[in-house]
Amino acid sequence: MTVLFGMFLLTLLVISAIGIVRARNLFVAVMLTGIFSLLMAANFFILDAADVALTEAAVGAGVSTVLLLGALALIPPNENRSKRVRWLVVSVVTLTAITLGYATFENPRLGDPEAPVHQHVAPWYLEQTPVLIDIPNVVTAVLGSYRGYDTLGEVLVVLTAGIGVLFLLGLPGAYGGRKTEDVARGRTYLSHHLVPQVVGQLLIPFIILFALYVQFHGEYGPGGGFQAGAIFAAALILFALIQGEREALTLIPPRVLVVLMATGALLYGSVGVLTMLLGANFLEYGVLSSDPVKGQQWGIILIELGVGISVASVLLAIYHAFAARGR
Amino acid sequence: MQLWLDILSWILLSGGGLFVLIGGIGIIRLPDLYTRMHAASLTDTMGTVMILVGIMVQAGLSLASFKLAAITVFLLLTGPTATYALANAAMLAGRHPKDVEMPPDLPEDLRL
Repeated sequence: MTVLFGMFLLTLLVISAIGIVRARNLFVAVMLTGIFSLLMAANFFILDAADVALTEAAVGAGVSTVLLLGALALIPPNENRSKRVRWLVVSVVTLTAITLGYATFENPRLGDPEAPVHQHVAPWYLEQTPVLIDIPNVVTAVLGSYRGYDTLGEVLVVLTAGIGVLFLLGLPGAYGGRKTEDVARGRTYLSHHLVPQVVGQLLIPFIILFALYVQFHGEYGPGGGFQAGAIFAAALILFALIQGEREALTLIPPRVLVVLMATGALLYGSVGVLTMLLGANFLEYGVLSSDPVKGQQWGIILIELGVGISVASVLLAIYHAFAARGR
Repeated sequence: MQLWLDILSWILLSGGGLFVLIGGIGIIRLPDLYTRMHAASLTDTMGTVMILVGIMVQAGLSLASFKLAAITVFLLLTGPTATYALANAAMLAGRHPKDVEMPPDLPEDLRL
């Protein structure tokens, strides 16, 4: 049954990918990208990767679709296309596809317990997490503690992306010379739509509540800083769409936003430095409390908070960089 | 008791599936944007709600049921809102319903 669902979803995935390539209208392509991400999230969920599915749904289908739409407002709606076929590109793509297809024959069967990925460190993680960290969600333990360096790197990548976009587009009130007052007051995409305004306003508190739940429940269920940050950013983007760009920039001033972007990554890094000062290795949370297990839990909560703050503020800053520019 | 619950959830699930199917056929077959939207809205209100209630009957009184109920309320709020927003945007973009006269009391700024 799972295989049937998987085949169905993967077929739809291929169809929407072809649709994205063939679409000339960029708006259609953006919508199809959102559908692609949603199908991908369903695929992840079938593979029991609830954390990844949540991230894909929140970031891929939600926030990045809105970001792409914001970017579309700045460029022409149709793709310029050259008539001639570029045979070099076609042959490289075909060769890569054939190679990748051939490589899948060597893959172990789906869910095979003898597969190398299940024989390497995974059994150790599953056995030692209840002893060392004592939280039910092993994904959070891997992400926050065992693979803390990687996650710090990911947060820095997100931060770098945010800085890059701000350098290119500027953020009114913080970078790029424009003041927040230049952004038109009360003009929104939804100014003609009363019903979405009312319903959106009704939903925003619940979305923020859910973001906080995902943030602080990440040790027990699927979720954590990345997902919570994306959901929080989505709530505030919805606020900006409903109330207007300038009101949203007043709610969280761009200068604060820029500081928050760095604060999240700094919080993460300083937890590592703190553990070093306490005499352990970088990001070895055990020393944060007299009980090493409690210390691990404290460390994970702190770094997840840093991740959440950084991701939410970076996504929000990128959105504002696009949206405040169009008007 | 269990038999009746199974029958009830079976009816709800297949009814929901039927509505989704009808909505899907409608999106392909109906003539213009507004009628197609009507078909699409059937999918994400009646179809989804019936399927979710059907699963709720299967889950009984549990946390899963509560979550499903929350999702149902959420969908009942967002689905019609999205349909309304789409119809309104199409109207403002100047797209006529097919073979329909504009009502005479329509405000001037909405007249096409």
